[in-house]
Amino acid sequence: MAKQKEFVTSRQNRIKRSPGDACVQVLLYLFVGLFAISTVLPFLYVFAGSFATERELLERKFFVIPTEISLNAYRYIVKDGRVFLGLKNSVIVTLVGTIINMVFSTTLAYPLSRSDFRFRNGVTNMVIVTMLFSGGMVPGYILVTNILHLRDTYWALWLPGAMNAFNMIIIKNYFQGLPKELEEASHIDGASDLQIFVKVVLPLSKPVLASVSLFYAVGHWNAYFNSLLYISEVDMQVVQQILRNVMNQAQMSEMDETLDWGSQGAPPSKAVRMATTVVATVPILLVYPFIQKFFTQGVMVGAVKG
Amino acid sequence: MGKKKVNNELGIVVKKVPLWKDFMRHKWLYFLVIPGILYMLIFNYLPMAGIIMAFQDWKLRIRGHSGIFSSFIYSEWVGLANFEEFFTSKTVNFWNLLRNTLSISLLSLAFFFPAPIILSLMLNELRSMKFKRITQTMVYIPHFVSMVIVATLTQQLFNSSDGIVYEIFKALMGKNAPDVLTDPDLFNVLIVGQSMWKETGYGTIIFLAALSGVDMQLYEAARVDGAGRWRLMWHITLPSIRGTVVIMLIMKCGSILNTGFEQIYLMKNGINSSRAQVFDTYIYERGILSGQYSLSAAAGLFKSVVSLIMVLSANKIAKLCGESGFY
Repeated sequence: MAKQKEFVTSRQNRIKRSPGDACVQVLLYLFVGLFAISTVLPFLYVFAGSFATERELLERKFFVIPTEISLNAYRYIVKDGRVFLGLKNSVIVTLVGTIINMVFSTTLAYPLSRSDFRFRNGVTNMVIVTMLFSGGMVPGYILVTNILHLRDTYWALWLPGAMNAFNMIIIKNYFQGLPKELEEASHIDGASDLQIFVKVVLPLSKPVLASVSLFYAVGHWNAYFNSLLYISEVDMQVVQQILRNVMNQAQMSEMDETLDWGSQGAPPSKAVRMATTVVATVPILLVYPFIQKFFTQGVMVGAVKG
Repeated sequence: MGKKKVNNELGIVVKKVPLWKDFMRHKWLYFLVIPGILYMLIFNYLPMAGIIMAFQDWKLRIRGHSGIFSSFIYSEWVGLANFEEFFTSKTVNFWNLLRNTLSISLLSLAFFFPAPIILSLMLNELRSMKFKRITQTMVYIPHFVSMVIVATLTQQLFNSSDGIVYEIFKALMGKNAPDVLTDPDLFNVLIVGQSMWKETGYGTIIFLAALSGVDMQLYEAARVDGAGRWRLMWHITLPSIRGTVVIMLIMKCGSILNTGFEQIYLMKNGINSSRAQVFDTYIYERGILSGQYSLSAAAGLFKSVVSLIMVLSANKIAKLCGESGFY
């Protein structure tokens, strides 16, 4: 009887009874909490440092609230202008790139989701092969630069990754999970396959389309390698390239800071680097709270076997 | 459609509709599939065909012939000479590349791979839902920033002239403070550490999803039977994520030689390059910067083939062990 009672009592009571258990809980909170802090602290540190004066950066080792706020670093990068041009370019690359991705992914996903599509297995195998094997970096590079001549155009950033097989399969699986009756009913009403796709299937698939388009969009925004390969024109560089260049440059010419700068003293190159990092990071962090939900959702949809 | 179904139920073999009739009936499906197929043919299959350059002394321009395709036709065939050079020549130093690549990917397999599993088990054990939600929101953040930003943050925090983390190391260890940005021997630690910081949190999503699907009654029943925290974890929690773990492991095995170009390229510098040169960066430097196309295409083919073998055998092993496998 006594034993029976023990199980009925709430979880809270059980913790009190077992000191070992409570200890484990404390350690868990401590560890998880510390890890969570470690993931945001670098951002806070760089954010604070970008507003700091040279003196403060030298005197205080670590701070997340500067005592004296200086906007000089930001005035410097506004005058320099490169990072903002990079942001603009990245917006263009991301928007157009995501639209292209979604067109290629959904149009392929729909026929593959239809069990009455005759070449379904053949095309699916074609997709699986691309997931398992690739021609590698060099043939791909020659294709883009010497056959298609896309160097220094954004098509070089849009076309080579126009469709991601994993994302396409996530969409395909979602299409397959939709109730067949809806499609069949529209079919009987005389709708063509295209009409069913555009007017029935796509509107019903908004959650997965939102998730996958955000996967693609964040991918475009963060991509660096393809622009490193194909974009050398300075005015066309995306924000990731610009950030990288500013970092390297600031490291090399740390001593000879720009001479003609400022009434309150030039911003330290460290603050300029930090401010550039902040400007490059802020856009993604601003949208993060809104897109987090879709990412979790998308990962879960994708987890339902491919 | 209806007719077809009835026939199947009666067990009568449906006569295959002729292709043109199927095409007329579903012409939109045939049209919709075209962009995707064209994309795969051009950007996946054409480069695969381009691999033949690994068996040639491939030249971008050949005297007397114009056009890129004639490069493939008229370049001299050299058999396996490129592979021979790749595996044996001193300038390539294949074993160094292999050692560097494996030292990163094995360390990653040992630490980065289990990290999200452990973190999700921990999150799962937390009782305060509010704390759990807030920490989840925080640990997902680094996934959303680019590798360039991560590299930038690392440089600013760890550099030995004014990096705050380096200062902490110095306070703790004095002269022995590690300069992770330049020390060749710490390069793999740096790379795996960065990956863990960036992706551990986000990696928990997939496991937490699997964990949330576990029937709470199982836990209750086991508790009634007297199972403690660890036994609950061993007998209920872990088996519930086993399938997910196996699939992730198969994918990880396939990428054993894929150390990820971007991250390594960003963290590689003149001082640590003896340990930082991996297959991907080597292919980039030789193939794209120095124009040794055939040699680096051979290196790329080696990498692709090894990855393929790894995925297929991992998949096979998983299936032999009774798991569902990858496909």
